[in-house]
Amino acid sequence: MPLPDDIDLSELIACPSCDALYRAVEPGNGERAVCERCHHVLIAPVDGAIVRVVALSLTVLLLLVTAMFVPFLKIEASGLTHSTSVADAALSFSAAHMFGLALGVLALIIFIPIARALLLLFALLPLLARRPPLQGARTAFRLSEELRPWSMAEIFVLGVGVALVKVADMARVELQAAFWLFAALVVVTVLQDGFLCRWSIWQALEGRERQSPAADAEAEPEHV
Amino acid sequence: MSSLENLSAPMITARKAGLVACTHCARVWPRGPGSCPRCGAALVSRDRRSLSRVWAWWWVGLICYIPANLFPMLETTLLSKTSGDTIVGGAVVLAMHGAIPVALVILLASVCIPVAKFIAVAYLALSVQHNWPSDRLRRMRLYEMVEFIGRWSMIDVFVVAVLSALVQLSIVVSIKPGPAALTFALAVVATMLSARSFDSRLIWDSLDPDPDPAPDTASLPVSTNDPAPALAGAQKDIRP
Repeated sequence: MPLPDDIDLSELIACPSCDALYRAVEPGNGERAVCERCHHVLIAPVDGAIVRVVALSLTVLLLLVTAMFVPFLKIEASGLTHSTSVADAALSFSAAHMFGLALGVLALIIFIPIARALLLLFALLPLLARRPPLQGARTAFRLSEELRPWSMAEIFVLGVGVALVKVADMARVELQAAFWLFAALVVVTVLQDGFLCRWSIWQALEGRERQSPAADAEAEPEHV
Repeated sequence: MSSLENLSAPMITARKAGLVACTHCARVWPRGPGSCPRCGAALVSRDRRSLSRVWAWWWVGLICYIPANLFPMLETTLLSKTSGDTIVGGAVVLAMHGAIPVALVILLASVCIPVAKFIAVAYLALSVQHNWPSDRLRRMRLYEMVEFIGRWSMIDVFVVAVLSALVQLSIVVSIKPGPAALTFALAVVATMLSARSFDSRLIWDSLDPDPDPAPDTASLPVSTNDPAPALAGAQKDIRP
């Protein structure tokens, strides 16, 4: 079933989950365009999404970098105390000769969330300044989306909660600054994923980039 | 409320239209090998090797998951006496101390979710390989759930990390991660990769047989009357 020849492929959207093809029409603010066949959400624009995603990425960066340098948890039992940082938690595996796992955990809770925030900032900051995206912005955005499932700060926070219950009757645990920073990070990450409409950002990343050749084309007649 | 416009009265897929869709950015392009000019991801109309990757990671996950249950996850040294706790053992100890909700969270995240995930991914892959006529929308939901929930299994690894970093009270009590922590983490990563390798478009393909398997635009002029009845017939199938 070939499509008409004059169709502009950039107006189409194919559902990544089931391949159904549509002509994309942007729904209103806060509305969602859902694939009829598999109910996958295709477009969910939110006004000012780019500003919010950039702001939240900066927040993530600030929270994580701070969390790395402030105390995390302190345990007290029968006169003995021991305090630990977020990095200590990940590196506890290296004490048991599981260096790979230590690095992996460090990546899942700190490095990947930081990398995602940096990639998003790199891709989206120029759009905020109404400039064309930087070279590689689109690759950066794709990578940040690919990293999304591997960014596990929120799972880490729940893990800390479970660990606290486990030691509750053995010792007293004091929650310190880094714990609260991580708790805030969960909220920020959830908000960020809610604002992030991939389709709108791809349109923005493509549209603004396309403007420069168009501007060249407009300039050409002057040459001639 | 949906503001997508169908291109034709029966649903048409990118493949049927002779196009190939990018699963990363949802843009469509004319068929041909290569990568998406917009986002740079590899473009494949249907990833034929997808199922072999799903099964490869599935087996890796299963092989790692077995020792993860047999070996201790935590080694607790209390006054120079060391004892190991497996995943299930640790949850039982928690439940005996009265922390039943937390024991349930651990059992759910470390036993129920991984086992359910192995079953779900195997079912999805087999259903596609053997063209099982089960409800497609339900299979799609199942796949989305597997993708969404799978990463939460990592919680037990983080619990072990925090406990062994925190509980270091000189000779009185200390906790060390056990060998199961490593194999468990590998099992979670392998099952996540297995689920992500699955091309969910395959679930919908039996509705819409490929007019021409060769990725060749020359085959585009398929008669327009042909696909419509086939599609209508197939759609009756999915309604029970």
